[in-house]
Amino acid sequence: MTVVTTEGPLPPQPYDVAVVGAGVVGSAIARALARHPRLRVALVEAQDDVGQGTSKANTAILHTGFDAVPGSLEARLVREGARLLTAYAAESGIPVERVGALLVAWDEEQLAALPRLARKAVRNDCHDTRLLGPAELYAREPHLGPGALGALHVPGESVVCPWTTTLAYATQAVRNGVHLHLECRVEQATRRDGVHELTTTRGTLRAHRLVNAAGLHADTLDRQLGHDDFTVTPRRGQLLVYDKFARPLVRHILLPVPTALGKGVLVAPTVHGNVLLGPTAEDLDDKRATGSTADGLAALREQGRRVLPALLDEEVTAVYAGLRAATGHEDYRVRAHPGQGYVTVGGIRSTGLTASPALAEHVLALLRETGLDPGPARDLEPVRMPNLGEAFPRPYQRADLIAADPSYGTLVCHCERVSLGEIRDALAGPVPPRSLDGLRRRTRARAGRCQGFHCGAAVRALFEEGRRDGSAGSGATVEGGRA
Amino acid sequence: MTAVRQVDVLVVGAGPAGLTAAATLAARGAGRVEVLERERTPGGVPRTCAHGGFGSWRRPLTGPRLARELADAAVRAGAAVRTGVTALDWAGPLDLATVGPQGPEILRARAVVLATGARERPRAARLVPGTRPAGVYTTGELQQAVHLYRQPIGTRAVIVGAEDVSYAAADTVRRAGAEVVALVTDLPAHRTAPARALDTRLRRGVPLLTGTVVAELLGHGRLSGVRIRHHDGRAAVLPCDTVVFTGDFVPEQELARLGGLTLDPRTRGPAVDGALRTSRPGVFAAGNLLHAVERAATAAREGTLAAAAVTAALAAAGAGAAAGSGAAWPEGVPLILDPPLRWITPSRVTPADTLPYTLRTASRLTRPLLEITQDDRVLHRERVRGAAAGRSLTLTARWAHRVDAKGGPVRVTAR
Ligand SMILES: Cc1cc2nc3c(=O)[nH]c(=O)nc-3n(C[C@H](O)[C@H](O)[C@H](O)COP(=O)(O)OP(=O)(O)OC[C@H]3O[C@@H](n4cnc5c(N)ncnc54)[C@H](O)[C@@H]3O)c2cc1C
Ligand SMILES: Cc1cc2nc3c(=O)[nH]c(=O)nc-3n(C[C@H](O)[C@H](O)[C@H](O)COP(=O)(O)OP(=O)(O)OC[C@H]3O[C@@H](n4cnc5c(N)ncnc54)[C@H](O)[C@@H]3O)c2cc1C
Repeated sequence: MTVVTTEGPLPPQPYDVAVVGAGVVGSAIARALARHPRLRVALVEAQDDVGQGTSKANTAILHTGFDAVPGSLEARLVREGARLLTAYAAESGIPVERVGALLVAWDEEQLAALPRLARKAVRNDCHDTRLLGPAELYAREPHLGPGALGALHVPGESVVCPWTTTLAYATQAVRNGVHLHLECRVEQATRRDGVHELTTTRGTLRAHRLVNAAGLHADTLDRQLGHDDFTVTPRRGQLLVYDKFARPLVRHILLPVPTALGKGVLVAPTVHGNVLLGPTAEDLDDKRATGSTADGLAALREQGRRVLPALLDEEVTAVYAGLRAATGHEDYRVRAHPGQGYVTVGGIRSTGLTASPALAEHVLALLRETGLDPGPARDLEPVRMPNLGEAFPRPYQRADLIAADPSYGTLVCHCERVSLGEIRDALAGPVPPRSLDGLRRRTRARAGRCQGFHCGAAVRALFEEGRRDGSAGSGATVEGGRA
Repeated sequence: MTAVRQVDVLVVGAGPAGLTAAATLAARGAGRVEVLERERTPGGVPRTCAHGGFGSWRRPLTGPRLARELADAAVRAGAAVRTGVTALDWAGPLDLATVGPQGPEILRARAVVLATGARERPRAARLVPGTRPAGVYTTGELQQAVHLYRQPIGTRAVIVGAEDVSYAAADTVRRAGAEVVALVTDLPAHRTAPARALDTRLRRGVPLLTGTVVAELLGHGRLSGVRIRHHDGRAAVLPCDTVVFTGDFVPEQELARLGGLTLDPRTRGPAVDGALRTSRPGVFAAGNLLHAVERAATAAREGTLAAAAVTAALAAAGAGAAAGSGAAWPEGVPLILDPPLRWITPSRVTPADTLPYTLRTASRLTRPLLEITQDDRVLHRERVRGAAAGRSLTLTARWAHRVDAKGGPVRVTAR
């Protein structure tokens, strides 16, 4: 039986571990804990779905860590995370494409900076970077705007599907006994007789150990537990997603040479077959400010025009913004508080997707330091996620699948070629979507160039029908039905 | 390997253009004529337009009624109308890879007619900033939600645009029991029939805000309002839970682009000559794919003309041969325009052409004199019926035979 709840009372018995925040980080931690069958684990999330915070709105790059601060925790976890996530992706069907990155130098100063970056890469254990002259650069990227002087090639940089990653972790965690409590915001945390008491929007939840993976709100929870280690300042990144027609224009992740102000604006392919342009970097104080702005979009388009002029002729299919959990520190803020049975996973800034599996291992080790005996471990049965990547066969391309079930040949969302079968599967999955946005992240339905002009109403009808059928309803659900 | 099946003519899209082309071809004995339609019902956009305005004044029709009549006519004439089948990509010069519940199949045709229609540009393509709440529609989605699925759409809607389709959207919103807060357009005036605009403003009390843009969408979860800004700098927030982006149509050009067809940068649809031939031998195009958008009757008329052109091309090619094989596929001379003319379709001309031209103007033209020149040689002068901005003019092809097929581009000027 799997337990995913969205309403009703929470179990009264204390969990061994409660993880607050079902972003990519919290979900990865929950999955790591699920390897220990003796542990009772809760994953607690304020919103109605996993991965609805920063984890849904990033640039989707699986970093090598070539430009991290050498010796930092982030550098190590990104490096290890890249290796672990690549292997996990292959096992779980998370689309990854190893397209490589080019750090493009547009003036002499930037060109001069490239060898230094290559040396930094070596210190980060990334040994296969190479300097390219303009001829090779333009041979690799024929649509690059004029004026580039050279580039540093980082072949290991890859693109990944961020939504499938979080969902794979959560699905595997839930399948292996983790309780996922959605719409369950932790409002107050206290500790009584060695047990954490979390006051949530759905009542009290108790746990012997607590992991704070609350992303942008990790500082608030940390303070409730008496720590004043860091303050999260949201740094907004706006992004434009271009039509699939733009995909042939670019082969690598095109990065600017980083400056003191940040990593700058990139142009990158996505595993879904689109092209991303962004992100901006704006320090704000509103943790809900995930809107885009006219100025932000204009600035991005200006930069995009220089890097890849033809990109601007294509249609934009989506605009979004994500908030990085900046803390003013040049590293993650991960800390164990052994006396409190508490681990903070804060300040997971702009690399958390990549680092997530390594962060999970790290947190498990820290939980041991708090005295947790996780008991014996087992290998988890692999999950097989529906493929959303264009580099791998999608269901509509698979004659075998359609022959077995014609609904995989019945297309509903035409721009993204999403079949009835995929939508039905998503609605009946162990962690079903609670909104059309959730359905989109699981299937890509309505994510294409028409944004629902053709299929929007049909997709909504299927979604409502799926909800009525109960599998996406509230209360504890058993896979494919209601408990 | 996917099976390959031979047909004579393959029509992609069962809207007014595709269905009319198929019916005409089948009636003329073009052999096996197949129409592929990716939706579950044929008819194209009219299928989702419960309102009238699709017939003639003599015989008024609603959209769904027209859709049914056109589909029935195609089937009666002997065409195979296959719904739930998507043409995915090209698999050879005149081969299309398709998929449907029966699985993948490659269809090889002697001629292909693309009639894939058009869509409205959604919020993202228009780069309207703000949050990403629920309650954001295009007219296409709105009409399907209300008329086909009876879905609730909200209580207060702002309509972006003030052309025919925008007023149709306003009617649909009201039909769904919601209130229309305002129509908002960045243009100086509406672009619909004056009587309709007046009725909406006076009888329904819906304000028309001209010279105004929707500058931002507000709200988390559900839309809570839109920030509007007038050209003079004044700004305000209109509270609403629904916003409908109307008009701003673009051709559904996926297959055209995948097939490497030359596009007309002005319409963004495939460039065609007066026989509706695209740049790819054996491939024709008709309907709103060529001009986003004209009325259903225009699309249907082009379907008939495409059928005639296909018949002629097949006859010229000879029994069993593909259209355009053997003989050279004429390129046509490009047509260029002077402002305020915005686009023309067909956008290329050959001396044999007879199809009338549709032109769009960016500003009002009153009984303009259209002048056609090639290499400084005047080919034709014609006084035509005027049109308002964003509306269409019609020009005959009486001058086409004077075009020098080897000469420079042909220029159309309005005086
Ligand atoms: C613009 C941008 C680009 C990026 N690009 C990349 C990239 O290319 N590669 C990469 O590896 N990383 C990238 N990142 C970083 C990456 O997205 C983040 O590091 C990662 O998503 C952080 O995950 P998280 O789980 O810590 O946070 P989140 O995803 O924000 O998850 C935290 C969760 O906690 C929940 N929560 C908060 N408070 C409470 C509470 N009180 N009770 C219950 N639940 C609560 C929230 O609802 C949320 O779901 C980028 C980030 C941004 C913003
Ligand atoms: C909201 C709205 C209101 C309108 N009101 C009126 C009105 O009152 N009066 C009027 O005369 N006109 C009206 N029109 C215009 C009219 O609907 C169009 O002129 C007409 O539908 C154009 O016909 P078409 O065949 O070119 O394209 P469409 O009707 O768009 O049909 C194209 C068809 O091709 C199919 N298709 C596309 N790609 C593929 C593929 N790869 N494989 C298989 N099938 C495919 C689509 O599913 C679609 O069914 C309105 C349009 C809209 C959007």
